[in-house]
Amino acid sequence: MGMTMTQKILAAHAGLQSVRSGELIEAKLDLVLGNDVTTPPAIKVFEDMGADAVFDKDKVCLVPDHFTPNKDIKSAELTKCMRCFARQQEISHYYELGQKEMGIEHVILPDNGIVFPGDLIIGADSHTCTYGALGAFSTGVGSTDLACAMASGSTWFKVPEAIKVVLKGKPSEYVTGKDIILHLIGSIGVDGALYKSLEFTGDGVHHLSMDQRLTICNMAIECGGKNGIFPIDEVTLEYMEKTNKERFIEGRYTSFYPDEDAEYSETIEIDLAKVPLTVALPHLPSNTKPASEVDLPIDQVVIGSCTNGRYEDIKTAAEIFRGRHVKEGIRCIVIPGSQRVYRRALDEGLLAIFDDAGCVISTPTCGPCLGGHMGILAAGERCVSTTNRNFVGRMGHVESEVILAGVPVAAASAITGKVATPFDLK
Amino acid sequence: MKVKGNVFKYKDNVDTDVIIPARHLTSADPEQLKLHCMEDIDPSFVNKVQTGDIMVAGKNFGCGSSREHAPIAIKASGISLVIASDFARIFYRNAINVGLPIMECPEAAAAIKAGDEVEADFDTGIITDITSGETFTAKPFPEFIKKIIDCGGLVAYTKEKTGGK
Repeated sequence: MGMTMTQKILAAHAGLQSVRSGELIEAKLDLVLGNDVTTPPAIKVFEDMGADAVFDKDKVCLVPDHFTPNKDIKSAELTKCMRCFARQQEISHYYELGQKEMGIEHVILPDNGIVFPGDLIIGADSHTCTYGALGAFSTGVGSTDLACAMASGSTWFKVPEAIKVVLKGKPSEYVTGKDIILHLIGSIGVDGALYKSLEFTGDGVHHLSMDQRLTICNMAIECGGKNGIFPIDEVTLEYMEKTNKERFIEGRYTSFYPDEDAEYSETIEIDLAKVPLTVALPHLPSNTKPASEVDLPIDQVVIGSCTNGRYEDIKTAAEIFRGRHVKEGIRCIVIPGSQRVYRRALDEGLLAIFDDAGCVISTPTCGPCLGGHMGILAAGERCVSTTNRNFVGRMGHVESEVILAGVPVAAASAITGKVATPFDLK
Repeated sequence: MKVKGNVFKYKDNVDTDVIIPARHLTSADPEQLKLHCMEDIDPSFVNKVQTGDIMVAGKNFGCGSSREHAPIAIKASGISLVIASDFARIFYRNAINVGLPIMECPEAAAAIKAGDEVEADFDTGIITDITSGETFTAKPFPEFIKKIIDCGGLVAYTKEKTGGK
């Protein structure tokens, strides 16, 4: 019996010829990630277990992005704890606010060229599954797992079975990776891929840019998936050359492909041409509807996050806002996902478009996505957001509502003051 | 080992944002976290819960964020066991790692009612609803989890592996 792409990556890192779904393995890690919320508890565990040094200072990545720039004294203490640890351990991939490599963890790791095909990565953040877009295996864990991985450079996995998701054809105008993944979550449910891999394939893959693929893999967790993963093609190669030319030229990565006879628990086909502009209504990401069928007034729009804060997202939003204005009484918060995205948007005049349109522009942060800061909702308020979760109380008051959407729908909603699509704009 | 307590019952897809909202993640202290456990879906939980009580829920318990603060908050509040139809995978891992006992049992999750008195035996996997008189058998822990528990949790397990350096 053949192996899936994910199974091949796991086998290679466990020093095994082959693995089967359900098998328990211990695997070596290429990169271990933590943020300002999950790392401080991990540091405590690290110290409690008597560890004094990380397994490899070049393979640990610590990013203060959730409550930064620090929103209060407690969050400042958390970041300080992580910063001190990073300095003491001489962590290479610790990023400080304002550095050009800085930003939201899942935006910057691929963009900084430290994630490549075939890599095995864990991170104490559930959206660590993002890097499957590059043909890597990556998944989220908790703080204790992070601590043990920082000390040992390895962790255990249960080898997942996989769902094969065949993407066919070309998406319609304005339809993005966000619509595709919301559509998939809507059809299989928030536990539809519980403990499993989502392995994307099909001719439709070639129509998706790297930024779109990153968005799709980012939300694999929202249907319970252990990871999402894309095949390696010309888009992947071009991205690697752009983000880390040295590693690319030296060939320090491995492209894994699924075997012809790999076993899948099910196969789902998605005709991309038929995927509508999609939103997820409160309070589950699976509560999806075509955006054109929703008519609800809103109070706020958020464009950003590890799901949709990449350059292409910001550029798409700016194109829709060009020459238009946010509806009176609506707040629209635009959060470029990294310092690089911010700078490029500045250089290309995109930030001026947002400013002219009446949007507020924030420094990179996870901020409102998890109800941290920078756009918290009051009771009864409703937000269209390009973020990834719309659970009860996620962005603020327990009686507030989050509607998840892609960037074009979010921008159009800010302009009209209600859930809308770009086709509704004059 | 056996536990016994009264049941707090919840539905499917209890997410980590309602178990412990992100606004309280500026602390990882169990004593602080327990003060806000479940507050967005069950504000009375923290006042009613007694040491030993049991949480019972439907599918996909603990979905969402990877925050280990969620099982820590539940454990610190005095809950001795969470029974669910199934658990989201990161929560499952985190619960084991921090020593919060969990059991997967769809039949028990469906039948047990709020307020019932329930007893569970971790060694046999038998769950008894004392109030209704019904018994259920949970899926036993996989072998590898037993090993981690035998070592006293993931920290001790890793300590052993790395020679306590």
